[in-house]
Amino acid sequence: MAKPFHFLTRLNLVELLGVRAKNARELLAGLEEVPGSCVYYHTHRFIQQHHYLSPEPPNDFAYWVTNALGQDALGERLASVDTVRFRSIASLKSAFLDILQTALAAKNGRSCDCQEGEEFHFMSCRTYILPTSYEAHNLREFREIVQKISIDSIYYHVFEARLRLEKGDNDFSDWFEAMGESKLARALSLVDPYTCTLEGLREMIVEKVSVYAQD
Amino acid sequence: MPRIKDYAPIVGSSTIEDLHLLAERLRGKTIQNINSTAVGGGVAEILSRMLPLLHDLGVDVSWDVIKGNEKFFNLTKKIHNALHGVAEIFKPGDLDYLVEVNRQNAKDVLRGADITFVHDPQPIALIEEKRSRGGQWIWRCHIDFTNPQPDVWDFLRPFIESYQAAVFSAPAFSRPLAIRQILISPSIDPLSDKNGEIPDDLVDSICARFGIDRKRPIVAQISRFDYLKDPIGVIRAYKMVKPHVDCQLVLAGGGATDDPEGAQVLAEVKHEAAGDPDIFVLFLPPGSDIEINALQRAADVVLQKSLKEGFGLTVAEALWKAKPVIASAVGGIPLQIAHKYSGILSHSIEGTAYYIKQLLNAPEYARGLGKNGREHIKNNFLITRHIREYLLLFLSLDAQEDIVRL
Repeated sequence: MAKPFHFLTRLNLVELLGVRAKNARELLAGLEEVPGSCVYYHTHRFIQQHHYLSPEPPNDFAYWVTNALGQDALGERLASVDTVRFRSIASLKSAFLDILQTALAAKNGRSCDCQEGEEFHFMSCRTYILPTSYEAHNLREFREIVQKISIDSIYYHVFEARLRLEKGDNDFSDWFEAMGESKLARALSLVDPYTCTLEGLREMIVEKVSVYAQD
Repeated sequence: MPRIKDYAPIVGSSTIEDLHLLAERLRGKTIQNINSTAVGGGVAEILSRMLPLLHDLGVDVSWDVIKGNEKFFNLTKKIHNALHGVAEIFKPGDLDYLVEVNRQNAKDVLRGADITFVHDPQPIALIEEKRSRGGQWIWRCHIDFTNPQPDVWDFLRPFIESYQAAVFSAPAFSRPLAIRQILISPSIDPLSDKNGEIPDDLVDSICARFGIDRKRPIVAQISRFDYLKDPIGVIRAYKMVKPHVDCQLVLAGGGATDDPEGAQVLAEVKHEAAGDPDIFVLFLPPGSDIEINALQRAADVVLQKSLKEGFGLTVAEALWKAKPVIASAVGGIPLQIAHKYSGILSHSIEGTAYYIKQLLNAPEYARGLGKNGREHIKNNFLITRHIREYLLLFLSLDAQEDIVRL
């Protein structure tokens, strides 16, 4: 019998690093020096702040290069970095560095400046993990809790666990596997959470679990 | 006063549960807030709303105000302006007066709290007492720090860097500093007199009391009478619109006890508005929150044409009431408005006039902006989010790691 699933939640405090960039060259220089938590923040901020609006989470680097620098081609390359494919923040950071280095090399290091006031500000976040009072012993209880728990808890078990804590997979799939529900575990592992709104993700989890939960 | 549980229907019960969990972990710690005014202005307003809720959560938090004379507040107003990029001349020794007044206050105001939370530049030099009194110290900057005047920055910097952490309201205010910098946006209270639901007939009666005609379009800027809020620019934008749309302009606001310039600005505004019966210049006394609420709700378009802003909470107030807002892209305003999605960001008097006409003539579009704006404020700028981040800030002083298990 697998252990019960204890739902945790997470809360963030955003830190300002005091580093800013006004062109792609400075973006590269800044990115080289900032910690991994900064890369995590700028690739996940959109999901957290606009989760109710849009399923498209462009990373902040792509958004800024496109909208503040007007460099659409470079912006598209940065936007195409598929966060779900990466298992560590270090490898995700390398992907952005490679794209910027290649783009700057093609232009002999030249890059245009953004307008004053539209600079890129590097930030990071400190994450606090808290227990909740919710605990599931079987899939039916799990489904009930997922329907009502805070969106921060779902975010933690899906996004933070996989990439930030480098567990390789989301916490829910790990528990399903331990429960002997391998098909359900695999079905959820295959979902790209970056292409859903968080509420959409909640619904999808409930839907998948409903197929396997015995009422 | 509302209790913390009263916010659950708006933000959800899990949000309130999180606050209780965090507050529990602060049991036994004392926290003292210090600023320079008890009434008027955004800082006093936020503290007066937040403290009862923190008490309700069981957090041992207090609030004290430093005392100063006219010379001190004239100096701190000049410092405020200079930090906002307005050229101010300081004679040798002028700035030292701030330190002198802080030293005079230290004995009476400091209580030896575990965490001393100092707001804005006025009491910043109290940090000199850190060595003798101990505890953890945080400096909270509520003002726009994008382009501070170099001599004022040089004066403040050593004080700031003596704190353990500095808190700013917008990313652009961040500067290279030797201490941790935290981003915490301010917030509005959806259950306050200023932002709570009020019946439409109360809005009618308040407008009638001021002589405002609700049958014709109303454009309003509800803000302190301060040069940096550009009330003259608002009147000029209105005058460009008036020949094309028969609208009214409401300029309403109060003053803060630490702002000696207010009366002078009000006089200039009245002079600029003279002769037009459709411009209403209303100086509201403290305690006019219901009137402000009603005027914002009566408005068809709300403006915030600031030249500089710490954050611009009046934008959040109007968006919470689902009003279409046209505001300058300064300070924290771009955090509240995504241009053409949850409001309009303007950069000039002419641009403001153009967008006023557009929104008055396209009410469906204007309604859509207001609706999106309210949703954005609900998710990011309500007092419960603010309380959560302050609790995390207090807890963060003991943590070094990026991921902390509480």
